[in-house]
Amino acid sequence: MQEKSDLPQGTLDLLILKVVALGPVHGYAIAQRLEQVSRGVVRVPQGSLYPALHRLENRGLLAADWEETESGREAKFYRLTRKGRTQLETEARSWQRLIEAVGLVLKLSEGGAE
Amino acid sequence: MTWWQRLWRRRKMEDQLEKELRFHLDQHASELIAHGRDPQEARRQARLALGGAEQVKEKCRDVRGTRWLEDLLQDFRYAIRTLRNQPGFAAAALLTLALGSGATTVMFTVFNGVLLKPLPYPEPDRLVAVHGHTDTWNTEVYGQQNVAYFDLLDCQRESRSLAMVGWLNSGGIVGEPGIPEFVDRREVSSELFSVLGVPLFRGRAFLREEDRAGAAPVIILGYSFWQRRFAGNSPAVGLSLVLDGKSYTVVGIAPPRFQLDGDEPDAFTPLGQDTEGYMRKRDLHPVGVVARLQPGATLAQASAELALIGGHLAEQYPHSNAGRGFVVSPLRPDVGDVRSTLWLLLGAVSLLLLIACVNVASLLLARAVSRERELAMRVALGASQGRLVRQCLTESAVLGLSGGVLGVLLAAIGIRPFVQFWPGTLPRADEVQLDWRVLLFAIAVSLLAGLLFGLAPALRAPVRELEQTFRAGARAVAGSSRRLHASFVISEIALAVVLLVAAGMLGRTLLRLSSLDAGLNIRNVLVTRMALSPSVLSNRGQIPVAWQDVLDRARRVSGVQSVAAVDTVPMREGNNQLGYWTTPAVPPESQQPLALATSVTPDYLQVMGIPLLKGRFFDDHDRRGSEPVIVIDDVLAQHAFGGEEPVGEHLWIPSMSGPSWSEGSDPVRVVGVVGHVRHWGLARDDQAQVRAQFYYPFAQVPDRFLHRWSELMSIAVRTSIPPLNVVESLRRELRGATGGASGDQALYEVRTMEQLMSNSLVRHRFLLLLFGIFAGLALLLACIGIYGVLAYLTGQRVPEFGVRMALGASARDVMRLVLRQSLGMIFVGVGVGILAALAAGRLLVHSVDGMRPTEPSTFAIMIPLLVAAALFASFLPARRASRIDPMSALRQE
Repeated sequence: MQEKSDLPQGTLDLLILKVVALGPVHGYAIAQRLEQVSRGVVRVPQGSLYPALHRLENRGLLAADWEETESGREAKFYRLTRKGRTQLETEARSWQRLIEAVGLVLKLSEGGAE
Repeated sequence: MTWWQRLWRRRKMEDQLEKELRFHLDQHASELIAHGRDPQEARRQARLALGGAEQVKEKCRDVRGTRWLEDLLQDFRYAIRTLRNQPGFAAAALLTLALGSGATTVMFTVFNGVLLKPLPYPEPDRLVAVHGHTDTWNTEVYGQQNVAYFDLLDCQRESRSLAMVGWLNSGGIVGEPGIPEFVDRREVSSELFSVLGVPLFRGRAFLREEDRAGAAPVIILGYSFWQRRFAGNSPAVGLSLVLDGKSYTVVGIAPPRFQLDGDEPDAFTPLGQDTEGYMRKRDLHPVGVVARLQPGATLAQASAELALIGGHLAEQYPHSNAGRGFVVSPLRPDVGDVRSTLWLLLGAVSLLLLIACVNVASLLLARAVSRERELAMRVALGASQGRLVRQCLTESAVLGLSGGVLGVLLAAIGIRPFVQFWPGTLPRADEVQLDWRVLLFAIAVSLLAGLLFGLAPALRAPVRELEQTFRAGARAVAGSSRRLHASFVISEIALAVVLLVAAGMLGRTLLRLSSLDAGLNIRNVLVTRMALSPSVLSNRGQIPVAWQDVLDRARRVSGVQSVAAVDTVPMREGNNQLGYWTTPAVPPESQQPLALATSVTPDYLQVMGIPLLKGRFFDDHDRRGSEPVIVIDDVLAQHAFGGEEPVGEHLWIPSMSGPSWSEGSDPVRVVGVVGHVRHWGLARDDQAQVRAQFYYPFAQVPDRFLHRWSELMSIAVRTSIPPLNVVESLRRELRGATGGASGDQALYEVRTMEQLMSNSLVRHRFLLLLFGIFAGLALLLACIGIYGVLAYLTGQRVPEFGVRMALGASARDVMRLVLRQSLGMIFVGVGVGILAALAAGRLLVHSVDGMRPTEPSTFAIMIPLLVAAALFASFLPARRASRIDPMSALRQE
């Protein structure tokens, strides 16, 4: 069985924002999408998904509307607000920078070990 | 959405949350079913994956930010429910708190009304008092200096920053219509009412042109006087009224409860119409001055301006005004020594409140320990420590606030009786009411109290060692609370010691003071102020005859043994302090020693029962023109002549010699020595700055002072029957003393010497009574506290005692064990209490006259009392512990 990693602190918000950015989506779909996209590597604790969604909604990064799904049931669909989009861009950029920096450091230490 | 919107739509949000999670679970389950799972199994897995719908909901609720308020409401409801489930505990705690906060609130209400509330005039912060100032004047001895009338007129004219008005205390006899009556009159500037910002009740204020000599006599009546004399008859305005033999037209009625300098005067007349000599001299300062700052002006500007005017006056009138200036200060009510009394009482009552708090704290703590399991359960279910602390604090705040509400109710009921009960008249008694300040105070105090007694149990809320708590139940954890409980008992005892010792000190002081010799025989003596007929006063030549007539008539009244006239009476307000010297080379005024001067008629010694020690007292030969003589008391004899023989010696008294007194009389000869009289009252005399006394014959007062002196004189009467019984006949006899026809003389301020002496101790008695009550309550509360704590602690130790007894300890041993535990706490408490009481005692000595520093014997009486009471309180739990059946105690384990 493939080893799963816990999410680093604060990345769940970023991932949610990214998924929601693709179009209005309900909570269950977000969970699924996260699971699929990360090819099962990232374990999304479903228990923390909803509190996170509500927190983002309270902060005004997400907005929600009740709409019908294809199967005809009412579900809460989340979409990104303007504020949320800006937040997503900033966080994505800083994430990118962090990864590059960490990558550099790791390479350096490999070189040192040889 | 703002947080309160979220709170508002709580219901709806809960529904949506539920719906959202259900959708998630259904969706997940149906997907699993599509993959071929059994429907039931699918739903189970979906729930597992989500991790418990309820927990997720809780977390989502946390995110909303309205959590604290919801919790608060929940805790609030819970607190009320638990209190209702334990009515005994709730009643005990509430009663204790209501008592503590009720007493504190009553005291604060008085404090607030008398000391904190502004004066009852519009914009009181713009009002100022103006006093005279010279470097040689000792404000502590004489009080604030007033202002010369002409100086006031100049200041009024020159000042741009102040609207100034003056007033002068005087009296007078209202004759027609009705029986003659002495009235308390204020002569006031015409703008007095407008400057104070008080509209008249009826009629009009004085006009500017009425405020000068020779204008038509007009008068404004005080509201109470109008009610009393005219039964509130409105046509009084326009009527005429005879005051001091002069007919005045009533032009107005002052508003109800209008006060000037703490009194409600009977009548007002224009200041400028007064033509007495003291109004026309710049070196006499009879006029009190209040002023209102002009719009935009500041106190500093006004001070600077008056300093400038004072400087000009000093240049212009160097003889009278050199070195004289003015002091401008915010106008404050004059409440005398009530201030320190109130502080003392507020302090004492706070100690009582503290004891009440400690009592409730120990009750709460005992309850918290037995609730340990409940709290542990909450922790196990996920409550954080902060959450538990909040819950405990909410409970004690509910308790505190309900106690506070009860306290305010008690105060609302108790405040009037308390003010009535105040000795003498409480200054500003009208202002003593429950108002927002009092309510704020009560709420703050009860919340603070709630916090105080709720904190200890709250901080003990268990977070660690949950397991142990569950396994052991309440009992095993109790050990940790023992120290806290002991500290409660210790502080209760210490506080009670402070109050007991304070009460003991007051009691001893009162005993000592009451047994002091006043220096005179107070039995069967009546003193009363006497207003001569105005027609006599206006004719200087008739005055001596008129006084002689008064004395003769008074002597004829049945029951009267002897009569004398006197200007200042011992233990009554009023004194005359004069500087003296033993050689002709008299130093400047500020370096002369002072003595109390009293002018009397020859029978004074006999009436007052003052012993004659040496020489003689006055007789009819001491008169105007004969050699000026005085009689001194033994204190002055000691001060002035040391061991030398004083009789026959001379004293130089500047105010009674030279041209300002009478022509060509320089030194006065001492003809006798009498015993010292405690003029300042039993309590204050020992510490008074001026104690030495001398007497001089009223018959030697120069002619031109006779008018002034006659306004001040009282008569003193020794009776063979209870003195109050002669008042009516005396009044009747003296009313028409001169000529018989006019009948316009009056007695006022009729007192017995016994009343005056008892009044001089009334503050001590009042303080002792209240401190006694507080100390008694403190003792009671402390005993209840000790009983509660010990009952609880021994209850916790039942299994231990069982083991001890099973191993051979006797009932007596167990009892000794318990008593030793309580004695330990009691002694530490007493030790701490003694230290605190010493500090508090110093405060008492500082603020109550006649107090001696704490004497060891006071402790020797009070502490055994406390220890005995405390031991009695611990005896019951101890006995209960000693009667434990070892077998059942062990089984309980």
